Amino acid sequence: MKAWLRQHRDAMAAAARRVGRTSGLLGALVIGIALALPATGYALLDGLRVVAARVLLEPQVSVFLRPEAKRADADAVATALRGDARVANVRFVPREQALKELSGVQGMPEVIAALGRNPLPDAFVVHVKDGALEAFAVDARKLPAVGHVQADSAWAKRLSALAAVARVALWLLAGLLGAGLVAITFNSIGLQILTRREEIEVLKLIGATDAFIQRPFYYLGLLQGLAGGLVALALVAATLALLNGEIRPLADSYGSTFRFPHLPPADAAAILGFAGIIGWLGAYLSVRRRLREVELR
Amino acid sequence: MVSFSAVAKRYPGGQSALQDATFGVDAGELVFITGRSGAGKSTLLKLIPAIERPTSGAVLVNGQNVGAIKRAAIPYLRRNIGLVFQDQKLLYDRSVYENVMLPLSFSDHAPREAARRARAALDKVGLLARERSNPIQLSGGEQQRLAIARAVVNRPALLIADEPTANLDAESATRILEIFLAFHQVGVTVLVATHDQALVQRFGRRVLHVDAGRVGEAAPA
Repeated sequence: MKAWLRQHRDAMAAAARRVGRTSGLLGALVIGIALALPATGYALLDGLRVVAARVLLEPQVSVFLRPEAKRADADAVATALRGDARVANVRFVPREQALKELSGVQGMPEVIAALGRNPLPDAFVVHVKDGALEAFAVDARKLPAVGHVQADSAWAKRLSALAAVARVALWLLAGLLGAGLVAITFNSIGLQILTRREEIEVLKLIGATDAFIQRPFYYLGLLQGLAGGLVALALVAATLALLNGEIRPLADSYGSTFRFPHLPPADAAAILGFAGIIGWLGAYLSVRRRLREVELR
Repeated sequence: MVSFSAVAKRYPGGQSALQDATFGVDAGELVFITGRSGAGKSTLLKLIPAIERPTSGAVLVNGQNVGAIKRAAIPYLRRNIGLVFQDQKLLYDRSVYENVMLPLSFSDHAPREAARRARAALDKVGLLARERSNPIQLSGGEQQRLAIARAVVNRPALLIADEPTANLDAESATRILEIFLAFHQVGVTVLVATHDQALVQRFGRRVLHVDAGRVGEAAPA
């Protein structure tokens, strides 16, 4: 058992040395760049999914009164809304408060000053109980003095649906790239076998088992895949940092703290594992095919 | 130790390398196998560690029919046989010491014991002082001695050498054969194929002569 473990340790150390050489690093770089594409897409979609889910979890309707509506009209609408069993809570936003909030947005004070008057209507922000949003919005439009009703979940639904389509596309892309990476590893390990043909012949002659001969190549594929996974994670992190740097001023201007979140540890581990499996699989297929071709002379 | 019974070997394409070869080699014997180039000496030796399989007949090594041995069992058979080739089959990207350590890398020996055995083998062939050298820095005779050290490091009961002196000068060739003789004297069974009749006669041991694939006993000098 001790000897077996020692053989594994030696094989892994030899494979790590090979990965550290230029050809091994280039192989890892290829794997990393190829995996970074779907991984970055996944991270971006995950960020959007969080935003969409947050909106969908809080079904909200904005009810805008007509500009000419009086405060008495507003009170009547408030009473009607609060009396509706589908409504969880209602917040009244007077036009003066809305104007004040809008004035806080960069560039807007000049626009408002140019208008000379408050163009905003009184409004209600209504949180609706689950499942009643669409029907409530239809009924709210019928209330007197109501000018416009906006169900804020509609865009979130569309975003969520688009994200779901994009996610399927990303999985397909990851599958295709994964297959391509298996082929690349297959070839690079095959070349390693060819360049070490004499060593393999000697090992066969002096009584090394197939498992002993194959082991370093399996480790080489696995470690090269894992190194590629690390490269992919580094590229994803760099891309997200770059994007967040650009998004920050835009989000701040909307009073939002939105940033694309970095991959959670479980997802990062899954990408690493996927990369390792791809490397190992390429090595496995190559070793099975090529080692049989090394015949003793 | 080794027994051939009506062994024939025919290569794909129909070329016959051995025909009806029947002979035995006792444990502890030193036997020379002679014959011209292409006579079938190498084929005969390759049948023993199952590098080649007989077309018919039985090759027994320690009572085991190696002609019918399963593929997975071949490595374990070869660990008990030291193999020395004319072209040495050394690894030139490793040191002399690492070449000798190679068979011990998959043995059960602890690292310290493996290192001790490797140095003992190098000492026996007179190369201990060159353990850090690269094999390419060694002369032809030294490279062959290194190949012998690698072959005996696992202390096999059977040592097989195929034309180990073919490319060597007379002095180096004699030294190589003296090393084989030394192993024979400590009980190792040694089979040496050579076409150098003069060298064989000088050592006066049992000789098997191969001619056009047929094996026969030749009288020792």
